[in-house]
This record gives sequence, structure tokens and C-alpha cells, in this order.
Amino acid sequence: MTDNSYAAVMARKAEIMLSSLGLDYTPFMQDPVAFDYEAMMGLVPYTLDQVREIQVQSAVGKTALIELRQLTRLARKLAPKGKGARIFVKDEAANPSGSYKARRAALSLHHAKAAGFKGVVSATSGNYGAAVASQAAKRDLDCIVVQEVFDSHGIGQPEILEKGRACEIYGAEVMQLSVGPELFYSFLRVLEDTGYFNASLYTPFAIAGVEPLGVEIVEQMQAVTGGAPDAVICTHAGGGNLTGTARGLRKVGALDTQVIGASVDLTGLHMASDRDFNRKHFTTGHTGFGVPFAGWPDRTDVPRNAARVLRYMDRYLLLKQGEVFYMTEALARLEGMERGPAGNVSLAAAFVLAQEMDEDQTIVVQETEYAGAGKQPSAQLTFARARGIDIRRGDPDLERPGQSVLIPEHPSQMKLRDVDMNRLRRGLVRKAAALAPAPLPETVIAFLAAETQLSCQDVRDVLSSL
Amino acid sequence: MTEQAQAGDWVQIHRIVLTPEQRPANLPDETRAVPLEMRTKGWLITKAATLGDEVTIRTAIGREMTGRLIAVNPAYGHDFGQAVPELLAAGDDLVALMRDAKES
Repeated sequence: MTDNSYAAVMARKAEIMLSSLGLDYTPFMQDPVAFDYEAMMGLVPYTLDQVREIQVQSAVGKTALIELRQLTRLARKLAPKGKGARIFVKDEAANPSGSYKARRAALSLHHAKAAGFKGVVSATSGNYGAAVASQAAKRDLDCIVVQEVFDSHGIGQPEILEKGRACEIYGAEVMQLSVGPELFYSFLRVLEDTGYFNASLYTPFAIAGVEPLGVEIVEQMQAVTGGAPDAVICTHAGGGNLTGTARGLRKVGALDTQVIGASVDLTGLHMASDRDFNRKHFTTGHTGFGVPFAGWPDRTDVPRNAARVLRYMDRYLLLKQGEVFYMTEALARLEGMERGPAGNVSLAAAFVLAQEMDEDQTIVVQETEYAGAGKQPSAQLTFARARGIDIRRGDPDLERPGQSVLIPEHPSQMKLRDVDMNRLRRGLVRKAAALAPAPLPETVIAFLAAETQLSCQDVRDVLSSL
Repeated sequence: MTEQAQAGDWVQIHRIVLTPEQRPANLPDETRAVPLEMRTKGWLITKAATLGDEVTIRTAIGREMTGRLIAVNPAYGHDFGQAVPELLAAGDDLVALMRDAKES
């Protein structure tokens, strides 16, 4: 009989993953650190145009690009004369499952169907679950979504409960788990039991599926302003959103567009803590995923993660929860758009960044998400308040994750907080050095330079300082 | 809440996936102190059951699963919450700020 203990299942991880992906990662696993990233992305056997065609057939993409004129006007009111870039948003809420995640699911499931899988499994507590369930429904594939939902008292946050409901509406089986990283164990057992496809967020398919988003941004901005945007802001968690968008931007030649990540600052809350779980008011797009995934991408449900943000991210900004709730209110009251939390993290960053940039420059916030029950600030802050979180107007800088949410008293209180990119980059090099025997060959040094956008000499300097 | 369920009812079951002793050591203490639990929904196969009974269900995609019956067609439970007066006031402030901007 098969041994299904935690240790035994985790020991079978590599073989389970291999048979559930329909992709051969062997050539990319020869060295403990370096691999040919572009060759791995090349496992996707479709051109960009073919990817776009597959998405059109899946009712995905070609979303509107909306100029946020009122928010731009407000930013200009606060900014020094001549400053205040134009802010645009890509209305990804218009995708079938209500978020840009439909793009990732569409291509992955197209591949799963073509490879002959009867069903798909996804481990996610985010919008991706609904996206996979929706795309599976379209293709008559079985779908199982494994979610982290409840604390040990059986209490779940409204936003995650909503994501579970959305999966069920598309006909998925939803396994709702309590807090713990052993979600991965349950996920592997489901893959093994069913032989279904691992619709991971981190395969080359899941990243190539986002590239058209970057392409559409350039095409639509060219139609409006005659050029690519000066900056694109992506809400950053696992890294696929930013990586795929940036690759799309590059593929259509937008090499000067600054690619910026934005996350909600939840510093101090432990991701595997049963106690901290319901003290987070953002369930994705926060530092609990954003920082570790940027600093070391290969911590996922695939042998090599195709989402590698340090290759593309020029700047990484942190927002406070209160600032994002405030911008969600501003989007509703000034622009007449009610949208869910994910894109509003980037929007809050864009609003402040616009004030640093010239008024003839442009910023694109590259996603919105749908706003169903459980996703509104009203739902999340009611939940928070009932759990003793201090919610009031105040200086967002004084907010303490898990204890308070401070809604700005004035938009001028919002600000940009830069993550030290060099610290993240050096951290990645150090972690790689710990995995491989010294001295690292030049090929590995070149790989790490590409991974971090450092020069080879910078990488050598970090290595020699160890 | 309904305590009795018949075969064919849409129900929710609960199961312990890992007991505290079976969980890995590298977890925060408060997580390691409690079991890893699973809840899932499906059509009841067991002929008749009362809350708390061990039952078998058929999930939305047709898999059979066993567990303890914890609810008959449970409410989703999440909603829009209450309005947040601090945000309503913030919205009013922003609208007022924009009107000032227009006048100046």
C-alpha cells in the first residue's frame, strides 16, 4: 500500500510533479542553480500571435484601457508644477472570471487539454482558482482547487470565502484547508490520486499567458499617446504578473518602459501562523509572498519557476493597507469604478508615483479585478474591526500590520516606500552560492547577473564578500 | 440548522488531514499545536445521516470522499459587511477637494 505520510509524499514530490505537468524539466535541472531560462520559456510551442489567438478563443484579454482623468487631476493638484503623469488602468476585471488570472489559466488549460489530461488541479487561495475553474468549465475538464481558507476556529476571511464560492460556481471541487504550508502535501496527494494536470501558476504556460497583457498595453497606449507608457505598475505576489507583463512589453520593443512592482506591507505577520492568518486584510499582493518570491523564485509547485521578477523589476514599492483601501474609495468616488483589491495596490502606487513624474509622462496600472461580496473594503474592514483591529483616519506610516489600519486624512499623506532592490539582488546571489560548490563557474555568474540585472562584476563582488 | 441529511443532499464534510504530531516541525508553534483540517462539499451518498456521522459524498467532479458530516447546504456566509464611516468620510473629503480644485 502507498505510504501517504507527510514525509513519504514529500519524498515523491519530483516524480509527482513531473508526471502532472506534461513538460520535461530535466534539461533545466542539471545544475543546482543555473539553467537556460529562455529555453525553458521556449517549451511553450506557440508564437505570441498564437497565444493571443488561443486567448481570443477563450474569451480572454482585449480588455479596455481606461484613462483615470480625475485621479490624474487630483495627483496634479498635489504635485509640484509641471508634475503629475497621466494614469491609465487596464480593466482586467472584464475577463471571464473577473481578473487577469484568466490569461494564465487559458494557456495552461489549452496545453492540458492538448496533452490529453482529463482534469486539472490548482493550489491557490486567490483569483487564479476561479480562473482555472472557469477555463476548465469551458473545456469540459474536471477541476479541483486546493485552498487555504480557515484558521483552526474554522473562520475564513471574506475575500478567500468569496474566491472559494467563485470556484464552486464554475463546477470545481474545492478542498478548503486550514492554515499551513502542508497545503502542498494535500495538493500532491490530489495530483497522485487523480493523475490530473498541475495547473501551476509558475509554468512557462502560465507566464507566456500574461505576455499579451504587456503587448496590449503598448498597442493601446500607442493609439492614445503615440508611444509606450513611461511606467507600468504590477501588483506583485508570486511574480507571474510582473514577469509576464514585462516580457510582453519587451517583445513589442517597449524597452524604456519602467517596470514597477507594488505590494502591501504586511511585515511582521507570519504566513504559516494560525494566529496571524486572519489579521491580514489582503490575501494576495502582499510582502508575505512578494519579498520571498522576488528574492528566491524556486519555492513553488514546479521544478523551476518561470516567474522571475528580479530579471525585470526596476523598482519595488510598498503600500500600507489603509492607503489601498483609501484608493479603492477614491476610484469609486472620483472615477465611478468599483473594483477589487488586487489592482488597487498598484493604483495607490501609481497615484503617488505620478506626482514625481512629469505631466507629459504616462503610467499604466496593468490590472483591475472584480468586486463581489467579500472583496470590498466594507467586508474586509468589518471583519477586521470585529477582530479588534484599530481602524481610523491617520498617518498611514504609523500603521502596524495585524494591529491597525490607518486611512489617510489627506491624499498628500500617501507616499512611496522603496524596497532596497540591491539587497534583494545580493540576497539571491548569496542563496545561490550556498547551493553550489565554489568557485562558481563563469556560466553560473552570467546566469546570476541575468537573474538580478546586476553586472557580472557585481555578482563576483557579492561572492567574494561571503 | 438542519441536523439530518438524506442521500442526494448537498452537504459539507470535515476531515483531519494531519494530526499535530504528523505535521512538520518547522511550523510556528500555534500552527503546530492544531491539526491540518479539510472541509469540502458534495452530494451525500450515505442513505441517511445526522451531523457528526462519518459519511461518503460525491464531489462536484464525481470523486468519492469520506468525512464527518458538519453541515447540510451551508451558507457561504461572506457578505459586504457594514459601511466604513471612515472611508465614506474620506470619499466625501476627496470629492470636496476636487471641487475646490475646479474653482481655483
